[in-house]
Amino acid sequence: MKEVIHRNSVSRILSIGLAILLAFSTTLFGQEGDPDRGKQLFNSNCAACHKLDQRMTGPALAGITKERDREWLHAWIKNNVALRKSGDPDAIAIFEEFNGAAMNTFPQLSEQDIDDILAYTENPPAPAVAPQGEAAGQAVAVESSGISNEVVLVALILVFGMLVVMLVLVNKALKNIAQAKGVELPGEGEARLPLWKAFAKNQFLVLVSVIFLLLVSAYFVYGYLMQVGVDQGYEPVQPIHFSHRIHAGDNEIDCKYCHSSARVSKTSGIPSLNVCMNCHKNIMEVAPETATAEHSKAFYDGEIQKLYEAVGWDVQNQAYTGETKPVKWVKIHNLPDFVYFNHSQHVTVAGLECQKCHGPIEEMEVVSQYSPLTMGWCVECHRTTDVRMEGNEYYEKIHEELSKKYGVEKLTAAQMGALECGKCHY
Amino acid sequence: MASNRKYWKSVEELDENNSVVETLKQNEFVEEIPVDEFLGDKENLQNSSTSRRDFLKYVGFSTAAATLVACEGPVKKAIPYVVQPEQIRPGVANYYATTIADGFDFASVLVKTREGRPIKIEANGDASFMGSPNARVNASVLSLYDKMRVQGPKSGGEYISWDDLDQKVIAGLNAAKASGKQIVLLTQTYASPSTNKLIAEFAEKYGNVKHVQYDAISENAALEAFAAKYGKRALADYDFSKADLIVSFAADFLGDWHGGGFDTGYAAKRIPTNGKMSRHIQFEANMSLSGANADKRVPLKPTQQKVALAKLYGYLSGASVSGDLPEQADEAVKAAAAQLRKVGKNAVVITGIDDVDAQLLVLKINELLGSVVSDVKSPRLLRQGNTAAVTQLIQDMKAGRVGALITSGVNPLYTLHDAAGFAEGLNSVGLSVAFSMKEDETAIAAQYIAAAPHYLESWGDVEMKQGHYSLMQPAIRPLFDTRQLQDALLKWLGEDKTYYDYIKAYWEDDVLGGQSWNKALHDGVFVAATATVTNVETSSTSENEAEEITATTTDINAAVRRLASATGSDFELTLYPKTGMGDGQQANNPWLQEFPDPITRVSWDNYITVSRADADALGFSNRHVANGGLNGSYANITVNGVTIEKVPVLIQPGQARGSIGLSFGYGKKEGLKSEMQVGVNAYKLYENFNAVQAVTIEKAAGEHEFACVQLHNTLMGRGDIVKETTLEIFNTKDAAEWNIAPVVSLNHQEVEASNANLWNDFDTSIGHHFNLAIDLNACTGCGACVIACHAENNVPVVGKDEIRKSRDMHWLRIDRYYSSEDTFGEDNVMKDELPKGAKDTFLELEIAAENPQVAFQPVMCQHCNHAPCETVCPVAATSHGRQGQNHMAYNRCVGTRYCANNCPYKVRRFNWFLYNNNDEFDYHMNDDLGRMVLNPDVVVRSRGVMEKCSLCIQMTQKTILDAKREGRAVRKDEFQTACSAACGSGAMVFGDVNNEEDTVVALKQDDRMYHLLEHIGTKPNVFYQVKVRNTEEA
Repeated sequence: MKEVIHRNSVSRILSIGLAILLAFSTTLFGQEGDPDRGKQLFNSNCAACHKLDQRMTGPALAGITKERDREWLHAWIKNNVALRKSGDPDAIAIFEEFNGAAMNTFPQLSEQDIDDILAYTENPPAPAVAPQGEAAGQAVAVESSGISNEVVLVALILVFGMLVVMLVLVNKALKNIAQAKGVELPGEGEARLPLWKAFAKNQFLVLVSVIFLLLVSAYFVYGYLMQVGVDQGYEPVQPIHFSHRIHAGDNEIDCKYCHSSARVSKTSGIPSLNVCMNCHKNIMEVAPETATAEHSKAFYDGEIQKLYEAVGWDVQNQAYTGETKPVKWVKIHNLPDFVYFNHSQHVTVAGLECQKCHGPIEEMEVVSQYSPLTMGWCVECHRTTDVRMEGNEYYEKIHEELSKKYGVEKLTAAQMGALECGKCHY
Repeated sequence: MASNRKYWKSVEELDENNSVVETLKQNEFVEEIPVDEFLGDKENLQNSSTSRRDFLKYVGFSTAAATLVACEGPVKKAIPYVVQPEQIRPGVANYYATTIADGFDFASVLVKTREGRPIKIEANGDASFMGSPNARVNASVLSLYDKMRVQGPKSGGEYISWDDLDQKVIAGLNAAKASGKQIVLLTQTYASPSTNKLIAEFAEKYGNVKHVQYDAISENAALEAFAAKYGKRALADYDFSKADLIVSFAADFLGDWHGGGFDTGYAAKRIPTNGKMSRHIQFEANMSLSGANADKRVPLKPTQQKVALAKLYGYLSGASVSGDLPEQADEAVKAAAAQLRKVGKNAVVITGIDDVDAQLLVLKINELLGSVVSDVKSPRLLRQGNTAAVTQLIQDMKAGRVGALITSGVNPLYTLHDAAGFAEGLNSVGLSVAFSMKEDETAIAAQYIAAAPHYLESWGDVEMKQGHYSLMQPAIRPLFDTRQLQDALLKWLGEDKTYYDYIKAYWEDDVLGGQSWNKALHDGVFVAATATVTNVETSSTSENEAEEITATTTDINAAVRRLASATGSDFELTLYPKTGMGDGQQANNPWLQEFPDPITRVSWDNYITVSRADADALGFSNRHVANGGLNGSYANITVNGVTIEKVPVLIQPGQARGSIGLSFGYGKKEGLKSEMQVGVNAYKLYENFNAVQAVTIEKAAGEHEFACVQLHNTLMGRGDIVKETTLEIFNTKDAAEWNIAPVVSLNHQEVEASNANLWNDFDTSIGHHFNLAIDLNACTGCGACVIACHAENNVPVVGKDEIRKSRDMHWLRIDRYYSSEDTFGEDNVMKDELPKGAKDTFLELEIAAENPQVAFQPVMCQHCNHAPCETVCPVAATSHGRQGQNHMAYNRCVGTRYCANNCPYKVRRFNWFLYNNNDEFDYHMNDDLGRMVLNPDVVVRSRGVMEKCSLCIQMTQKTILDAKREGRAVRKDEFQTACSAACGSGAMVFGDVNNEEDTVVALKQDDRMYHLLEHIGTKPNVFYQVKVRNTEEA
């Protein structure tokens, strides 16, 4: 848990820094308690530990002005340590209630700033509806495009139907005319050989078509057999609905922040839950705008609760209970045992983007296997990809010699020997 | 022309009236087959709604359904840590320094762990003493994952809680204290200073506490002798890297004599440098590893060894010593004495004779020589067992004087000669607690089994050599509910702290002298600066006792007289620890059971070794049967009234006439899987803790089936396989004369084989090109590499029956060759001269000499640049790598075995069966616990594929990747294989020949370099160094 504390303190230092910046950049408005400005200040200074409606590291702050004396609040926020030292019983009580978690001091906040924040806690501005509208608009747009496609289809069917009807009518009319004119229609009455019998009689044609059929079925059978064990597109349901779209896409968290062992190890590593808690200790719910048509905010919040349950985090008391339920993720990318693959070779040495093999992970709500992970796919890349050698002392000598041998400046992985069986199979 | 001869098939046919014959003419069977009976009643069958067609439909449907279901891949789960420990990264190995001290094996080692699981034992390069683990230490990691371990404290066969046990034991201890009876701690040698202190504290609290240390295989005589001379129960240490001459009397110092670990120093001096190497003379009865490596080996019965030693002293000191010795042996002793005198202080005499006189004499001789090899100032402490105390304990127990007995790390009911006496005594002990990893003989007999942890789960400190400390730290959380003795003692003392706290405090106060605890723990070893100071004190105290010194000098003469007058019986038995099994603690370790003995090449057994002359006289035989297995006679052997029946007999070249050998460690019954319950228990014959016993042998009925991996024992004059020369020739003649390059005929002209070429050469000049050098001079045949290879490459264990069918899976074998004449050189001459016609000569050459020369040759895949296996594989499963490795793609292999047939070195191994998850092969790979030892970087091969040494491509690839990731060139000698890393003697050197810095480059250009079977033009990447023997007599 050392790391968690460490990260927390980093975020604290950052927030203090931000606060200092803000304090020096903002000018006083002279207005009594501006909730909008208070929201800004709250988010930059207080949100790391406080929420309006929920206990976090510190108490919930909605309606705090009703519970506490405003002057006391000012003193507490400015310098709670001094207040506690002065022996204020309330201050000591609150300190003890939260397990001695010391609150930062905010000497940089002016009286006005504090009033603004308190105004925000009294009556928070109504949540913006714009994003919801936007989302709704998007949904409508998607729907309307769906409708237009259907309309086109229906119209086309109608047109084709009309054409068929017209053809039948024309045919009927022509027959009638012929009858009326006494023209004898050809073929009628004469027993013509049915088509299939004629086909059966032509042995050459039969032979050719049998061969053709065999070839076609062989093609499909081969195709079918070759995809046995290839799980491209495998998209299992995971015990916790973890959205890479939100984390890697919207929040632009670096892949290797969570999958850190990809840098040094053969496995990319499924992050341990303490890595999740680095952020989720403070992020207990998603922003309303995160919700999509498919998954509501409540759904996402519920998934975060699953994390807390797994890691044994008591949200009320902001403490670990020690009761853990390790998450049994379903492994998506399964290489057979007889293949050795090393992430760090590709990530650190070659400097490949994760997306090269894993696809647009940052857009995936649920991760699926993007690449076929077949040997052909590996080999193809090794044949065509140049090895990144610049600035790597390891490659200096071999690059010099090999480029002379092959007469090229850049060397592909294959030329380095990456197609040899034993490089991956041992 | 028609014949009226009547043909008949049986006598009955001749009888015309036989009804059976008549019936059989018409029908196949005499009686009608009772079809109805097994089809049930007809009516029911006919009324059944299931017609034959329906039945076929069902069959078809279920087959199709089963096929469809099989198409779906299994769902694999991945479970990450909840809180990942900072030092663990999945997929990256961590190394911890620790120490094994199981009472028999002591070594400072590094433990390789993956995701928190120890998977391999490696050498600790920081250790100045006992830093390279032997085969058993290498295998000890598997004993951690032993399914037969006791999983928690037990009483009366039921698991109980530790609290329960504590309560009962404390009550028992108090009762013993109140009654005034002894409380005895019977333990292995811990050589642990903190444990000694702890036991002293325990004694203080409980009063009448006795600590009896007990070694299953005793060094009591040597300890007594050292104590008599230097005042401390310890063993002299020897630094063979300083020795120019070693004269050994039955001391198997390359085996387990004095705790072993001498190979590194020995091998250093065996490699000829500047025309010099050490000379080694061995007098012994059994063919031991040391004898096999000796320049001159003199087979002598144990009693003759005593006489020889006495005579040697006589020749050295000038005193005349009488005593009978065969003339040849006497000459050898004389020659040895002459050389000793010549070499002086760089010579050393050692002995393994279980006799205080002999041990005293050797100490005296070394003192006379002023030997710099022998170190008596900071002696070895890794054997402390006191046989007198053990005998006294049994008497005390029988007399009811022992109130409580706590055993730890020992199994006296199996290892004691007087096990029956101990068992009887145990009944009159008020409280008996056995700290044990297994439900072994002693644990079962004790009232309480205190489940003990493996050393990889324990804390500890060891002072193996005075002043040389090492630390034991756990590399994994205890797998079971176990507690080590020291923690239990602390608990019973009422202390709150753990043994870890205790050690740390002890070290900070008494050992470290201000140095950092964390650094000591990290290094695993610590050499005290004060070590020499305390030595001076001890030596000065002994000097003060002048009386004692004069006593010892007069003693010497008496000792020599006693030794010289030693008389033996017709047959003398020498008990010895086998390289693989040691004292038998790890008998449930399948790696060790399957490990072929370096000398006899037999696995899964112990046996008596008999000389050919004696075998012929007693009617014993060894023969090969049709499937290639070795069969041998049985013998009943009797020592002083104790008979072991049906002991297999193995005819051992080099065994002294009138002597037989039998190894300890087998014949254990409790705490072992049934597959491992092999051999006979030699401890039953270990009377008075003397390894040498007078014995009578008689032939018993039946034939024993050995699992022996080498069918041909002699080199048969094939001097190009193991090239040998003498130091004299090596120094005086041109390399072309003693390292003859083979020639072949090319275009009707004789050219050197290396110049004749059928193939296009691979370009190996760019990038890495790996070579493995094996120095036949340094290789002692210890087999550490074999086990290291097992561990690194997930080599399966196949069991005794399969080994017998030559289906062993060892990727690395150590061939052992005997000479059929007295030396290999004479063999070559004999083969070349062909005096009697080829056939007879070769038949004769197949028989090893009575006292043959021995050569060890590790052979693994030679990674030929022109590999015969590659060209015959129909599916290209084996192919050539640019870095010199011959690759084997298991998933591509279809198992034609063409490659194995075409391999001239016979190093390819075929998976005849599925060796994992298969109840037919109930070894470690058949249970989840045992499989934890598998190396995750190497695939476990399945049935029907070929496998072989890969030159540890997973390790070379890792080294390359590490360098790439750190953006640097590969460092000097950074490339290693499991075998080269495990080789303590430096015989195996691995490296990149394209990197001029690597040691292997110089070795490849050395005059002694040769390739195995060079004339067939395979151009291997493994090469050997010609063996040089120091045959200079004076």
